Amino acid sequence: MTVRNLSSLFGGLIFGVGLVVSGMTNPEKVLAFLTLGSSWEPALIIVMGSAVAVATIGYWFVGKLAAPLFDATFRVPTKTVIDGRLLAGSSLFGVGWGLSGFCPGPALVALMTLDQRGVLFVLAYIAGVFLHDKLLAKAMLGRAITDG
Amino acid sequence: MNFAMPVAGGVLIGIAAVWLYLSVGRIAGISGIAANALLQAKENLWSVFFMVGLGLGGWLAHYLLGTAPDGETASDQGLLLIVGGLVVGIGTRLGSGCTSGHGVCGLSRFSLRSLIATIIFVALGMLVASGLSLL
Repeated sequence: MTVRNLSSLFGGLIFGVGLVVSGMTNPEKVLAFLTLGSSWEPALIIVMGSAVAVATIGYWFVGKLAAPLFDATFRVPTKTVIDGRLLAGSSLFGVGWGLSGFCPGPALVALMTLDQRGVLFVLAYIAGVFLHDKLLAKAMLGRAITDG
Repeated sequence: MNFAMPVAGGVLIGIAAVWLYLSVGRIAGISGIAANALLQAKENLWSVFFMVGLGLGGWLAHYLLGTAPDGETASDQGLLLIVGGLVVGIGTRLGSGCTSGHGVCGLSRFSLRSLIATIIFVALGMLVASGLSLL
């Protein structure tokens, strides 16, 4: 076990604790934010706002370093183009989120407590990941090549 | 309503994201890390460790706080959960991120792609959840 893997494990641990403390591992609380109306609850936006506030300051400081502590380089997404994949993907994600009240992090934590809702969601989620990466992405790539 | 827990949870999530960037130089996007762990575990062993930590941390916190769901059943939401999971799996791969990667980390990095993604998935999530509640 390298210090890199151990650091990653620690990051995941704090993230998991944060999700549970925030209450967002309960899909009912997420749906209470997503469902507009008289029983709307703002908790989710407060969780995201607090996380963004801390991460914005933290990323700014860490960004002054030449390299991370236990790896050679920082790896951040470099894509800047607003393409159909981004728009379609985030739309699909939003639909699934609204249907279930789960996004990937909370669902994976729910799985750990054998919450039946989390188990069902995660099994379908894994199927969706494989469906995209093994079938859809290849099909789209093939079409792009023939089109070109 | 009590804001202490949402703020404390959000701060912890932010700290976790900064720690992952400081220590291994990675963005704490759960859908991306989960896909790495599922599809390229050998080349990305760190992502497997992150997922183990996520599960362990969530499990520990639930039992320490006494908030673990007690025999929650899917009851009549089974189909919504399955369709939701499938669509979230495809959508987060296609759109390169979820609530954590685009919503938390992307916004903190002032990424325009993430801002647009976040507006879209929150808007559609609200539309679908609000629509469902009317049925």
